[in-house]
Amino acid sequence: MNPIYMDHAATTPTDQRVVEAMLPYFGEIYGNPSSLHGFGQEARAAVEAARAEIARFLGAKPTEIVFTSGGTESDNFAIKGTAWAKRKRGNHIITSAIEHHAVLESCRFLEKEGFRVTYLPVDGDGLVAPADVAGAITDQTILISIMHANNEIGTIQPIAEIGRIAKEKGIGFHTDAVQTFGHLPINVDELNIDLLSASAHKLYGPKGIGLLYIRKGTKLTPLMHGGDQENGRRASTQNVPGIVGFAKAAELAAASMHEEMARLTSLRDRLIRGLFERLDGIRLNGHPTRRLPNNINLSVESIEGEGIILSLDMMGIACSTGSACTSSSLEPSHCLLAIGLPHELSHGSIRFSLGKQTREGDIDAVLEALPQVVGRLRAMSPLYDQKNLKEREESR
Amino acid sequence: MSQYSEKVMEHFAHPRNVGEMENPDGVGRVGNPTCGDIMNLYLKVKDGVITDATFKTFGCGAAIATSSMVTELVKGKTVKEALSISNRAVAEALGGLPPIKMHCSVLAEEALKAALDDYVARQGKKPE
Repeated sequence: MNPIYMDHAATTPTDQRVVEAMLPYFGEIYGNPSSLHGFGQEARAAVEAARAEIARFLGAKPTEIVFTSGGTESDNFAIKGTAWAKRKRGNHIITSAIEHHAVLESCRFLEKEGFRVTYLPVDGDGLVAPADVAGAITDQTILISIMHANNEIGTIQPIAEIGRIAKEKGIGFHTDAVQTFGHLPINVDELNIDLLSASAHKLYGPKGIGLLYIRKGTKLTPLMHGGDQENGRRASTQNVPGIVGFAKAAELAAASMHEEMARLTSLRDRLIRGLFERLDGIRLNGHPTRRLPNNINLSVESIEGEGIILSLDMMGIACSTGSACTSSSLEPSHCLLAIGLPHELSHGSIRFSLGKQTREGDIDAVLEALPQVVGRLRAMSPLYDQKNLKEREESR
Repeated sequence: MSQYSEKVMEHFAHPRNVGEMENPDGVGRVGNPTCGDIMNLYLKVKDGVITDATFKTFGCGAAIATSSMVTELVKGKTVKEALSISNRAVAEALGGLPPIKMHCSVLAEEALKAALDDYVARQGKKPE
């Protein structure tokens, strides 16, 4: 059996057409975009064409796109950059309990510098209530940062409403769109977004290149000081091949987005339905319909997620226990705790994230394999016995 | 997943001595679902020698492998010899564990100590 990759939320393979678009920018067109000579200007033209392509994709102006090293840098830049630029105006930031660690840890860092952060709770499906955002605003609030869709449980947040609230109050609105850029339609004006983070490797582009959309007029203190690249927003010689690859990936994503959304949604629902038919004691985490088309996050009672991942890996199926960034930590996922799962259920969570190469046969292979794995691990688990005993006693 | 040794993966894929034991002479139950690991260890002892050992475990791959290994290590040992089996011995027998997973071997040692304590306690109560 060919290995089956179902961890596209962690990263995606770089599309061959993206690789081909990038190749000339290593050996042939190698100039520094800041150089005045022809070599440099040729590279600069490629960077600016890429910037225009990506700006069009977001409904933005090219000057509003700043290339970064990836999603983590973009989140750090948006949050720390706003905090430092606006500290005279206020010291309060609003975010949610289920943000990516790049957002949460940036906020915790700022708390040590004296900023106040409100971490809004989410409901059982992982949704942030826009009314909670409005209720948390004070005259000190300088930024609202709510992710577009959650990387672990796939819930899509009502960011249009949250963006509208932020705009009415004149507060900057940042969204981490790392999981949605290239996968769901995004228009920064329609959604009232001031700052948006994205990363190329989540949409079949290369690793090490991301962007921060910065609405014109938004004040941000740079993280990187040096040259005046990226309109003075981020010093450092541009990653020319990465930028070219990112734009190609965005172009390809735009061309097939709606078809791919429909195709993945149907595969996702086939997997969810099939698993519920075959397994008892499982729970779908995240919103049933307002979720990423490629995300399935399950809790399996009485067993731990890691055992499931290892067993599926031995059978050639790659999935994850939530976030790849935290898989070396023993702590249960902060997202699963935030939606109210008890510890033992959050330890038993697994995430399948589908992608371009996923076919029906792959879904069926998981439907075949997972019940075997769960059965084997439950046979070893003292919790499954106890649960069955309790049920038997109750049914008496 | 390369974080585990081949031996750990082998014991995880083919764990030895899985299951609850009928009429055990000693039972050790350690851990709790909040911390993410529960280990139940069952011992059969005859004339001061451990003749059989089985387990049931809720936990990660390392927890299952250490459970499996500790049941293998104690079989044929006297109660006194078994008391001296340390978590390091379990981890070494598995070709090592990642640092973040060493607590699984500690849990295995604790389960063994608890089962041996239970055995000794039962012996004390037994009318001779």
